[in-house]
Amino acid sequence: MIAHFGYQDGSGAYFITIDTDKCNGCGDCLPACPAQLFEILVDDPNDPFRVTPVASVKETERKKIKYICDPCKGGSPQHPLLCVASCKAGAIGHS
Amino acid sequence: MTQEFWRWTESRWTAGDRDWKSAKTITAGVDVGSVSSQAVILIDGGLYAYSNMRTGSSSPESAINAMNWALEGTGLSLDQIQYTVGTGYGRVNVPFSNRAVTEIACHGLGAHFLYGPTVRTVLDMGGQDCKVIRTDGQGKVTNFLMNDKCAAGTGRGLEVFADLLGVSINEIGELSLKVEENPPAVSSTCVVFAKTEASGLLREGWSKEKVLAAYCAAMSHRVVTLLNRIGVEPDFAITGGIAKNIGIVSRIEKELQIQALTSKYDTQIAGALGAALLAKALWEKGK
Repeated sequence: MIAHFGYQDGSGAYFITIDTDKCNGCGDCLPACPAQLFEILVDDPNDPFRVTPVASVKETERKKIKYICDPCKGGSPQHPLLCVASCKAGAIGHS
Repeated sequence: MTQEFWRWTESRWTAGDRDWKSAKTITAGVDVGSVSSQAVILIDGGLYAYSNMRTGSSSPESAINAMNWALEGTGLSLDQIQYTVGTGYGRVNVPFSNRAVTEIACHGLGAHFLYGPTVRTVLDMGGQDCKVIRTDGQGKVTNFLMNDKCAAGTGRGLEVFADLLGVSINEIGELSLKVEENPPAVSSTCVVFAKTEASGLLREGWSKEKVLAAYCAAMSHRVVTLLNRIGVEPDFAITGGIAKNIGIVSRIEKELQIQALTSKYDTQIAGALGAALLAKALWEKGK
């Protein structure tokens, strides 16, 4: 399942995607994000039958992605983004 | 008394041809949304009863009220229900639920039941958010997106326009189609600014119908951009209250060039129905 976390408003679309089929819940993304945007959930709230832990974007941060991710993405973006690079499984993507 | 233009029609339904007394499993789902709350009761996986009513200021009370209304006249009592799943915005506040699950998983399953196994893309237009869900043939979610930061493209936006124009929310769709020529969409998708823009258009002499057409077009375009982010694979279905608004549904269909499936049941029950289906699966798994 590809989970889109974030939002779209009049200024644009701001989404972080996590491919939960690729994610094994290892937690490498947690220290990689300077804003500590990610968390590991033991139970996936969107998939009650999943048994493996899964990475997610903290619910309290989902509506602020435009600003939180701006230091990494805005101006001269770092490529690849720290969170994207930290995931060995290639599960993380950005809009 | 002043007329409440935003007030939509609540509904209740019981299957006349089913009897819970011979049922092996009785499960329920309760969806406490921002605007409406639904309770759905399944017997042996078949739809038995549902209710759809307005959410009050208290989530636990709304859940109880919806459940009591669904149970009304069936002779069934709350303690006879073996497993209940709560979902929606107020899912953690359903006092009698065994588990809380997000709307995403529930809407996929609910739409699969309401519209049949051919459904692959579900657009849920709720009171306060908008979701796009892609599912496989079993109702399992493969891709989803939710927008709950902005009220554009939600029922709340329509309520604002119903009030501004003094038109019942149930009539907005029909009226918006009564224009000889479709006006350009209002430029702003933000509800607050769209309302300002609409006030200006009314002052310029636009008819109510024309303003509604312009707003419905803006709203439709807005959700189509969300749909296109995920990609639309037929069959396509719309759930939630706005699925009852022909003015918006027809405009989305036109922009996507895809017909939306229809259901004989209330489109607002999809979340609670999915929750009840999940309740059955979780109950059987736990046994």
